Amino acid sequence: MPIQVLMPALSPTMEKGNLAKWLKKEGETIKSGDVIAEIETDKATMEVEATDEGTLGKILIPEGTADVAVNTPIATILADGESAADLAKATAPAKQQKAAESASPAAEAKPTPAPKDDAAPTAPAAVVAPDPEVPPGTEMVTMTIREALRDAMAEEMRRDADVFLMGEEVAEYQGAYKVSQGLLQEFSARRVIDTPITEHGFAGIGVGAAMSGLKPIVEFMTFNFAMQAIDQIINSAAKTLYMSGGQMGCSIVFRGPNGAAARVAAQHSQDYAAWYSQIPGLKVIAPFSAADYKGLLKAAIRDPNPVIFLENEVLYGHSGEVPKLDDYVIPIGKARVARTGSHVTIISWSMGMSYALKAADELAKEGIEAEIVDLRTIRPMDTDTIIASVKKTGRAVTVEEGWQQSGVGAEVAARIMEHAFDYLDAPVARVSGKDVPMPYAANLEKLALPSVAEVVAAAKAVCYR
Amino acid sequence: MVPPKKSAANEAVQEQGAPPPFTREQELKALRDMLLIRRFEEKAGQLYGMGAIGGFCHLYIGQEAVVVGMQMALKKGDQVITGYRDHGHMLACGMAAKGVMAELTGRRGGYSKGKGGSMHMFSKAENFYGGHGIVGAQVSLGTGLAFANHYRGNDFVSLTYFGDGASNQGQVYESFNMAELWKLPVIYVIENNRYAMGTSVTRSSAQTDFSKRGISFNIPGEQVDGMDVRAVKAAADKAVAWCRAGKGPYILEMQTYRYRGHSMSDPAKYRTREEVEKVRHDQDPIEQVRNRLLAAKMNEDELKKVDAEVRQIVNEAADFAQHDPEPDVSELYTDVYR
Repeated sequence: MPIQVLMPALSPTMEKGNLAKWLKKEGETIKSGDVIAEIETDKATMEVEATDEGTLGKILIPEGTADVAVNTPIATILADGESAADLAKATAPAKQQKAAESASPAAEAKPTPAPKDDAAPTAPAAVVAPDPEVPPGTEMVTMTIREALRDAMAEEMRRDADVFLMGEEVAEYQGAYKVSQGLLQEFSARRVIDTPITEHGFAGIGVGAAMSGLKPIVEFMTFNFAMQAIDQIINSAAKTLYMSGGQMGCSIVFRGPNGAAARVAAQHSQDYAAWYSQIPGLKVIAPFSAADYKGLLKAAIRDPNPVIFLENEVLYGHSGEVPKLDDYVIPIGKARVARTGSHVTIISWSMGMSYALKAADELAKEGIEAEIVDLRTIRPMDTDTIIASVKKTGRAVTVEEGWQQSGVGAEVAARIMEHAFDYLDAPVARVSGKDVPMPYAANLEKLALPSVAEVVAAAKAVCYR
Repeated sequence: MVPPKKSAANEAVQEQGAPPPFTREQELKALRDMLLIRRFEEKAGQLYGMGAIGGFCHLYIGQEAVVVGMQMALKKGDQVITGYRDHGHMLACGMAAKGVMAELTGRRGGYSKGKGGSMHMFSKAENFYGGHGIVGAQVSLGTGLAFANHYRGNDFVSLTYFGDGASNQGQVYESFNMAELWKLPVIYVIENNRYAMGTSVTRSSAQTDFSKRGISFNIPGEQVDGMDVRAVKAAADKAVAWCRAGKGPYILEMQTYRYRGHSMSDPAKYRTREEVEKVRHDQDPIEQVRNRLLAAKMNEDELKKVDAEVRQIVNEAADFAQHDPEPDVSELYTDVYR
């Protein structure tokens, strides 16, 4: 049966083109790969190569023809042993049949209109377990957040030989911020690995190791430097599970200090919570209390997905009580009501919590009882806990050190508007970092960050006080 | 110790003369595997022309000897990773033509259930780690696969492919440094097909001898005639032995050529038709094997049998890829997390 050559689509958007020139004549022998014609599109002139072998039987569209629709038969090729007689015999029916054949896959390529019910599937809701029970009488140990992080890593490394730590100065120096103190001594240089200062490269190496089944903890000296590596975090770590149809995921934790430290200015003082929070495939954690740091880092290391674990340098030296349990793991995706109150809900996380808690003390003196929701996990966000609180108080304030535009506070406000609009007695207020790069001068730096006074003022404003 | 350098390149390849001969069995296997890739890619080009394949589609036609020769030196458990011109690598790894083609058409039977497409395909079973659309990203990832081998103390090797274009990316050198520093078993296969999209190597690269790109890191490298599958296999054997012995990374610059444009919508006006024709005529990797087999008195009918077998696989794949349904809409939200 003679083979029909169809007008090809030469770009993702091409619908028709001009048949500029035939480079083979009727009767000429054609090998697979031979250029047989030139096609002009609105963008370029392209060559058409034969994919079948034989003799050019008949040219159906003469050169110089404009606006030939994609998939129109433009010539026929005779296979070995076929002759012009076959062509005459086969042309009419073959033409229809071939056109129909080639039209059908193209038509199939378009999505079939689906029944309305499944046209837009809904995103699955995250199911999150509650915090683990801390049995009454459990001994509470006071430790710094730095120690809580170290203990979390050490416990998980003891538990699972596939877990290792890599990053700049994590081993011999004992951690740039001394978070990995003692780990080299316990786990050896095989599992506690000093890297050169090459964030992009070692983030990629970590992701590659994770794709093969290991469970790396990649420490960034600060998340400011992770911008060098953000392609590997987003394009490789976050998307591979989806792009591989579920075959190949990536169990990896990227951790390190995030946000403003003190007097280190613009390039070392940025909050990346909102950046990573936008990416499906990532989980984003930003705890405040020592116990949460420990329990959530353990959960992050065990999680089979890529997790961004945002720490805060200022908090490293803060102490808190951590339950002395063999395996204290806090579920990712669950907010915590850090203080109960009935007049206004303050939603915050990480360093923002320190402003929120102090503001609540101030507000209490004026008779305003603030309820404080510590998000702990930014993605997946625990909307239920936020909404339950706002339904109770009718007022909400978000507090973050990051910038306001497209910030996490903006996301929280949108969710409140979507799910609790009728319960609101005032518009949601946002307290945030100011819309400037972080200044160095002490007075300006202080102004650029949120303050307890701003949180108090915002809470009073939404209470119309 | 600094390993001996093997650079002065082209001349070196010629001086050595012909690479070690293949057995008839090896020649036939190489012919079959290369033909499968060639016919598969031609069919993919055709389906793209019919609108059945969307988006970007980068064909491997002309470069077949590289993946086929490299694969002949590997053992089960070794990993392969590459960029976006990846169909040939997948077929060489033993991934089924049907599953690859169905991914190209975005169907549920594709390797990524239709959610990855031409540039993003994986197979855990065949140790193929993608299929990466960001130029150079696979170099760090492939180094990470080697890191995992080293960590686990096995003797598997990571075959990390990238092109002359990716060779100029910064993370490539970050990876080179760590690979040699930690003696990771990774073979960097630089497929130099002379053009990074439309920019020739002489217009993009200060050092066009890519085998020398590891010198600052003490990584040995050599240039290989990437159009001769025997030369590729011989170089691969050497590099694989180096890596398995724990000596660290190795660079192979494969001098090759792509006959088609960078992607389907590339009119390839940056080179002459004569240049393409000359390579096809003088160096075609498949014709080289075919001619050797014929010279060795192989029956033409036997070669035709190989042709027919390959065409049947490709036609079945194309048929499957056009009739398999698109993914169920419920797949929209699956595989984001596990």
